[in-house]
Amino acid sequence: MSSANPASLRTTTESRPVRYALTALALAFVVLFLVIPLVSVFWEAFSKGWGLYREALVEPEALSAIRLTLLTALIAVPFNVVFGVAAAWAIARFEFRGKSLLTTLIDLPFSVSPVVAGMMYVLLFGINTPVGAWLDANGFKVIFAVPGIVLATVFVTFPFVARELIPLMQAQGADEEQAALVLGASGWQTFRRVTLPNIKWGLLYGVILTNARAMGEFGAVSVVSGHIRGETNTIPLHVEILYNEYNFVGAFASASILALLALVTLAAKTFVEWRMTRQHAAARTRTAEARAAA
Amino acid sequence: MSIEIRNIQKRFGEFTALDNVSLTVESGELLALLGPSGCGKTTLLRIIAGLETPDAGQVLFAGKDATHTHVSERQVGFVFQHYALFRHMTVFDNVAFGLTVRPRSVRPGREEVRERVMRLLKLVQLDWLADAYPAQLSGGQRQRIALARSLAVEPKVLLLDEPFGALDAKVRKDLRRWLRSLHNDMHITSVFVTHDQEEALEVSDRVVVMDHGHIEQVGTPDEIYDRPATPFVTQFLGDVNLFHGRVDQGHFTLGDFAQPLAEAPAAGGQAVAFVRPHDLEISRAAEGALAHGVVEHIHAVGPIVRVEVAAESSGKPLEAVLTRERYRELALMLGDRVYVRPTRVSVFPAGDAQDYVI
Repeated sequence: MSSANPASLRTTTESRPVRYALTALALAFVVLFLVIPLVSVFWEAFSKGWGLYREALVEPEALSAIRLTLLTALIAVPFNVVFGVAAAWAIARFEFRGKSLLTTLIDLPFSVSPVVAGMMYVLLFGINTPVGAWLDANGFKVIFAVPGIVLATVFVTFPFVARELIPLMQAQGADEEQAALVLGASGWQTFRRVTLPNIKWGLLYGVILTNARAMGEFGAVSVVSGHIRGETNTIPLHVEILYNEYNFVGAFASASILALLALVTLAAKTFVEWRMTRQHAAARTRTAEARAAA
Repeated sequence: MSIEIRNIQKRFGEFTALDNVSLTVESGELLALLGPSGCGKTTLLRIIAGLETPDAGQVLFAGKDATHTHVSERQVGFVFQHYALFRHMTVFDNVAFGLTVRPRSVRPGREEVRERVMRLLKLVQLDWLADAYPAQLSGGQRQRIALARSLAVEPKVLLLDEPFGALDAKVRKDLRRWLRSLHNDMHITSVFVTHDQEEALEVSDRVVVMDHGHIEQVGTPDEIYDRPATPFVTQFLGDVNLFHGRVDQGHFTLGDFAQPLAEAPAAGGQAVAFVRPHDLEISRAAEGALAHGVVEHIHAVGPIVRVEVAAESSGKPLEAVLTRERYRELALMLGDRVYVRPTRVSVFPAGDAQDYVI
């Protein structure tokens, strides 16, 4: 995380009006496509007052949707963190047969439409398939139940962590890990004390993306969920149902939860980065003082 | 601790990195592995460290087979070309790392770690940088920290992979002298890899010259330089002039000229004589000469003068290095006809001596 060198900001030769025009254009875009929609979500949610907003969120079906969404994210995020780190480690550190195939497969969820992803699980685990029938006979429902929702979510959020880490780990190289091994560290010590600290920003970013997508996923989850109110509705599905019923306050109140989650994750990321920069600046100052003293 | 390498083979796909290499590193010596890129020197170093596994052959530490000992248990120090300092740790934590990853039962206490780390940082003269992060250090400082880090675990063997390769010329010169004096104080068995012949000759006790996965010659810097065993070694160690001629009855002959040989190759016939520019004298008299020609270029560089003579027999330029004194004495001018007389030659049968491109 190197902060930009102040001198390098002054190296453009564009004239003042051009710079202002470009900045204004960018800002206008941000306002038009990000700020206004975001504000309108909250505007609509609070349009009938705080009481109705609160009511829309504490009704049992809304609470159930929130619970299910959190549960899904709670399972999907750790799973994909473990998988993503393992896959990135394997791809960035080792040469093996089928490596390029694995790299391509990791990207598959990005290239497949989420609806198709949901359909795959219905075709695999649906009640009319051998696997689904067997599971159902043993009292385990996948489709139109929570396991199906979790599966679909894991699938669509599969690539985020791995995609974030692979280029990072490839760029960093294996030298530091090898240095740790030569110094007598075990594989686990090397991972915990050298690999993990080096990839933590990429990993955190991957987690944030995975979490955002896990909570916001609509298409794949919609196919496998069955839209059973109070049972298999996640927040996005809940929003759709309410919206289709012309319950705009309820729909936007639930939508505002998702929007809020997005803002919180952004704030968290910014805060952590700010702390990190400050820590480095402090270290730099200490060193400069030591250098002056020496 | 001595290191013995027996019949090591290593291939990367179709590429043979090491072809049946055997070598002994004596206890306490500083050995240089010298060769062009791709000659297998770094692979050999990494096999000694345990960072690569040989396809065949053995590595012995102090007579004991260590071929299958895991890298983390070999107790070697390894210094990487690009330092490989832990970027998220302070200099202090970097140096302390090897001590703090030890199992609890053999881990030194906090005070002892602090004391040992600070002692090492003093040794590399960077104790004032203990709180700095690697990104804040210069290249030379980083490499000294990397060295301190590798010494913290009190390794039995120190392995250095092109340790000064990424530094600029001045720092490199300082640092290699410093490494030499450090080795004189510590006497830890050390192997370092370099492609810079000057570095190898200046720093090490013995030099191993490698090419294409083979060892070409092992010897002290003087032996390597004065008595190169193969045409490759001769050419790799510095500029050299080639004379294509014949060996007959203890003489190297070229046209009308003949040069008596102290150590003549056993078989006569076609041969190539290698003469370094500073072993080539320029004279106005024919006595003892091997060729004659016309002075084409004169470059005065500091205390020496480089003279290029176009040989009449082959038309190829010959390079001689003269002292300024000798140059003034001869009063050389461009276009002068002169004779060249070698003071020291290395002669190899013509079959061995292809023109190497380095």
